[in-house]
Amino acid sequence: MRAAELITASVLMLLGGIVIFDAVRLGFRWGADGPQSGFFPFWLALIMVVSCGIIFIQAAFDQTHKSFVSREQLVPVLKVLLPAAAAVVLMQYVGLYVASAIYLGFYMRWVGHHSWLTVFVLAIGIPVATFLVFEKWFLVPMPKGPLEAWLGY
Amino acid sequence: MGIENLFLGFQIAITPFNIFVALVGILLGTIIGVLPGLGGANGVAILLPVTFTMPPTSAIILLTSIYWGALFGGAITSILFNIPGEPWSVATTFDGFPMARQGQGGQALTAAFSSSFIGAFFSIVLITLFAPLLAEIALKFGPPEFFAIQLLTFSSFVGLGGGNPLKSLVSILIGFILATVGLDIVTGQLRLTFGFTDLMKGFDFIVAVIGLFGIGEILLSVEEGLTFQGSKTGMNLRVVFDTWKVLPRYWRTFVRGSFIGFWMGFKPGGATPASFMSYAFAKRFSKNADRFGKGELEGVVAPETAAHAAGVAAMLPMITLGIPGSPTAAVMLGGLIIWGLQPGPLLFKEKPDFVWGLIASMYTGNVLGVLMVLAFVPFFAAILRIPFAILTPLIVVVCAIGSYAVHNSMIDIWYMLIFGVIGYVFKKLDYPLAPLVLALVLGDLAENALRQSLIMSQGSLAIFLARPISGAITAAAIFFFILPIITPWWRRFRGLPAAAPARPEA
Repeated sequence: MRAAELITASVLMLLGGIVIFDAVRLGFRWGADGPQSGFFPFWLALIMVVSCGIIFIQAAFDQTHKSFVSREQLVPVLKVLLPAAAAVVLMQYVGLYVASAIYLGFYMRWVGHHSWLTVFVLAIGIPVATFLVFEKWFLVPMPKGPLEAWLGY
Repeated sequence: MGIENLFLGFQIAITPFNIFVALVGILLGTIIGVLPGLGGANGVAILLPVTFTMPPTSAIILLTSIYWGALFGGAITSILFNIPGEPWSVATTFDGFPMARQGQGGQALTAAFSSSFIGAFFSIVLITLFAPLLAEIALKFGPPEFFAIQLLTFSSFVGLGGGNPLKSLVSILIGFILATVGLDIVTGQLRLTFGFTDLMKGFDFIVAVIGLFGIGEILLSVEEGLTFQGSKTGMNLRVVFDTWKVLPRYWRTFVRGSFIGFWMGFKPGGATPASFMSYAFAKRFSKNADRFGKGELEGVVAPETAAHAAGVAAMLPMITLGIPGSPTAAVMLGGLIIWGLQPGPLLFKEKPDFVWGLIASMYTGNVLGVLMVLAFVPFFAAILRIPFAILTPLIVVVCAIGSYAVHNSMIDIWYMLIFGVIGYVFKKLDYPLAPLVLALVLGDLAENALRQSLIMSQGSLAIFLARPISGAITAAAIFFFILPIITPWWRRFRGLPAAAPARPEA
């Protein structure tokens, strides 16, 4: 927990530093007709860096030993996150509907060990239903790929 | 004049289409409230794009109905599954879940829904009375007053939010900084883009809401293993009527809960402390105080009344001042802007049909809502029995659709995933997420108000204290900001024990 606190505070301080850097470039003082562009971000970032500094010190002196995440906890989290990231990459090439079908099917089979019948029915049924709801009913377009093009959408 | 306006509102709210929209919204909202990872805020955010083609009044009725539904849905999971869907449902689990374990789930659910309804109704009546007055006063506000109100909004997160006040402050600052990314509309300069064209558009708060609350919540719940051990609903008409016969006995709890809820609720982040406060008061004044925590009906009534009263009261500053009191209200405010309405006090003058339609729909929405949840509890509870290996990827896909639909851009889906990881880490480290979202929404407004005030005063910050209204509000804000510093000192002075660790995440 402590390490996670320290890293988070440090990352936020670093980001705050980057913001201050850009705010200084833009000018953070009084301009010809009011505050310059960097005025607001400069003060925000400055207070943030100071606050994170205090949080860093608080965390450094914190004696409670509680782990941020255990291996048993991290594995299911990554099992959601990594396939999701892969699905987003896939979306750029095959569109949202095909990518979600693959993602749904993969996760149901790999994590849930559902029968192939369930996997196929839901992995195909859910994207088809979303397609009908969004593209047909509400006219909200989603990223589409070769399959949709082949079907004439 | 109020009555006529309300009558006008009802004429709009009870057209068949708007009733239909409300029913759909409550149904979706309750499902969203029941599902892990989907709460009111991101449920509303995901469905926001669907409303783009609707008339604004129907659109806001849909979104508010989703909100009511999500509030009701939170009670179902708290009582039957011991899973508080929202932070303000935590207190409901204390007595609701033991009741369900003892086979009194039906009584607990009936009491929860009825109390929610009463709390909400009380707040709606007060909104009906006070909203026009507040809007009238707010019409005289200039930039310094608006900036002072923003200060007050954020100071209450720091001073009353619980947890580490510095972390609340950092969350607020992150939200404001993210809001400045992109084109500065006043000077035309690009800020914090570092040459990346993708950053020029800035960060949309809807994507942030979906990522922080949706994906972040899913990651947290898979980490905990997601085993739903639900109790039976045990709900039928006799149970409902029998519980209703008992409920009037708790009228004091209802009155107290409603007042606490409304008073806490129109300030941001008030619903959670309101529910705990109402629970604590009910326990203190109850003859059966020792039964609290073991399945006392009053222990369900108290927090639910206050939480709903607060949830509704959060709409008051949103419609009168254009400053949302909760992340869900913030998303609705974003919706208003997208539908081409200017949020703020002028809304009452320029779009009375919209405002009064909205207020009237609060009455109809809550009446429809309580009837629907009472009738369909078993159906909603069954949703949580869907295997999590199906629910989890489904929720991720729904979140992705919602994020993409905002601007039709792929990069938003990536932002959603990144915000999801941030939400997961922040939640574990007790950085509150609600103030971050509110700051991201209000960033531009706050900065403009600050700029205009400083231009008025030639750069002197004294303007916020010199004007009477903004001076009073600013003083209150400063008080809340320094409250965490003076509280330990005050307690030592009075010889009181140190504060019990308050619950984070307002």
